[in-house]
Amino acid sequence: MADAGMKRGPDRGAPLLWLLFAGGGTVAAMLLPVMVLVTGVAVPAEWMSESNLVSLIRNPLTRLVLVGLVFFFLFHWAHRFRYALVDLGFGPLGRQAWLFYGTAVAGTILAGLAAVRM
Amino acid sequence: MSRELTRPLPRTWWLKKTSYLRFMIRELTSLAVFAYALLLIVALWSAGGDPSFSTFYDFLNSPVSVSLHVVVLGLALYHTGTWIALTPKVMVLWRDDEQVDPDVIAGVTAILFLLVTGGVLWLTLA
Amino acid sequence: MSDHAILEVHRYLPDEEAEPRFQSYEITYKDQWVVLDALNHIKAEIDPTLSFRWSCRMGICGSCGMMVNGEPKLTCETFIRDYDTDTIKVEPLTHFPVVRDLVINMEDFMEKLPSVSPWLIPAEDKPLEDGEYRQTPAQVAHYQRFSMCINCMLCYSACPVYGLDSTFTGPAALALAQRYNLDSRDDGHGDRADVVTAHEGIWECTYVGECTEVCPKGVDPAGAIQMLKLSYALDWAKSLVMPRGGRK
Repeated sequence: MADAGMKRGPDRGAPLLWLLFAGGGTVAAMLLPVMVLVTGVAVPAEWMSESNLVSLIRNPLTRLVLVGLVFFFLFHWAHRFRYALVDLGFGPLGRQAWLFYGTAVAGTILAGLAAVRM
Repeated sequence: MSRELTRPLPRTWWLKKTSYLRFMIRELTSLAVFAYALLLIVALWSAGGDPSFSTFYDFLNSPVSVSLHVVVLGLALYHTGTWIALTPKVMVLWRDDEQVDPDVIAGVTAILFLLVTGGVLWLTLA
Repeated sequence: MSDHAILEVHRYLPDEEAEPRFQSYEITYKDQWVVLDALNHIKAEIDPTLSFRWSCRMGICGSCGMMVNGEPKLTCETFIRDYDTDTIKVEPLTHFPVVRDLVINMEDFMEKLPSVSPWLIPAEDKPLEDGEYRQTPAQVAHYQRFSMCINCMLCYSACPVYGLDSTFTGPAALALAQRYNLDSRDDGHGDRADVVTAHEGIWECTYVGECTEVCPKGVDPAGAIQMLKLSYALDWAKSLVMPRGGRK
């Protein structure tokens, strides 16, 4: 019952997508909790003022890092969520895969645009 | 040849066993990662003035934002925990004759996580 | 010491009945009985029409796999006394078509195994005069765990990916590929790539990990598959930098 759109023989796109998923998962595992602590606890608890936060984000190095995080977070989500939907019974999603990775690309571009125009 | 019986897997298969449920929750933590990426995009745009940064900062101070952050934190920690546990399965290391104890690899990864967390907190808040 | 139990056994007799059903058998069992003992007792003393596979009754042949209270088990290793329910449900291994009663069609599994080229593929044919292959204990240790598979198919029953898509190569076959990839006598890493790195190979696995949980021999097929993902992904990355270097 393979989808007619699925190719036989080596899946040439899979290694890259898996590496991005794995890299993104590692980045998220290491960094997501602390970032949530900053924006979700430190800010409301007033350990970080509005001016401190905005100058932190405007720092060119921070901007680069944040765009990188958006890239990795979104590609991790795209791959894992696509396969979660497959496991939930929504079909092989071979032809629809571009929806997920395309969103990741679009989000990264959005983040990049915001970073350069600041 | 008599007809064979096929038993299709129900879509709710992941609700039938605790280990399956924990698997599906782990997969759905990716939605928390997605949500936070969106927040980062909004943060980047707000810092450039679109919408004004004050609006964004006020939102971060709102009960809605704090509640969402709590949920995302829970999911993020579940992702981190499961990822640390899975690292020794992907990274199988050998020293001479013996395999490096998987618990050691997981432990090092956990310590790395704590160091990174501490480091980022120090960098941003100090 | 003996006790009473009820076995609810899945029956499917396609030549007589269109639909499957369950049949209850009340038995008295001895403390040391396993589910397989109960089934053989039923067949010998109560109902000779019951069909099921078994052979060694000591957990090495892989024939007697069935669902016991919803879990894939080797019935020769599953003790009745370990169940605190009065009723024990016995069904054929899930994710396989049922031929009759507790007997499944294992053709798909039999096709998956050879598809990963599970034999030594050395870089060069070594003439007999050169003598035997030698391996240190460390070299054996690298692949030993993955060589313990008894082909019982419990992992295929536990795997929801296989349950949803039977074209998935599956845990045992992929662990077997890794068994050979890690063997120091083997150079077939590249030859196995066509099947292992097809979409229906390692990439369809979402690391549910249940295959490893149910394996009666501690093979850890889930671990093998994750190692394969990293290994072949790094191969791909290296091939970008060195298109003709390294592996064939």
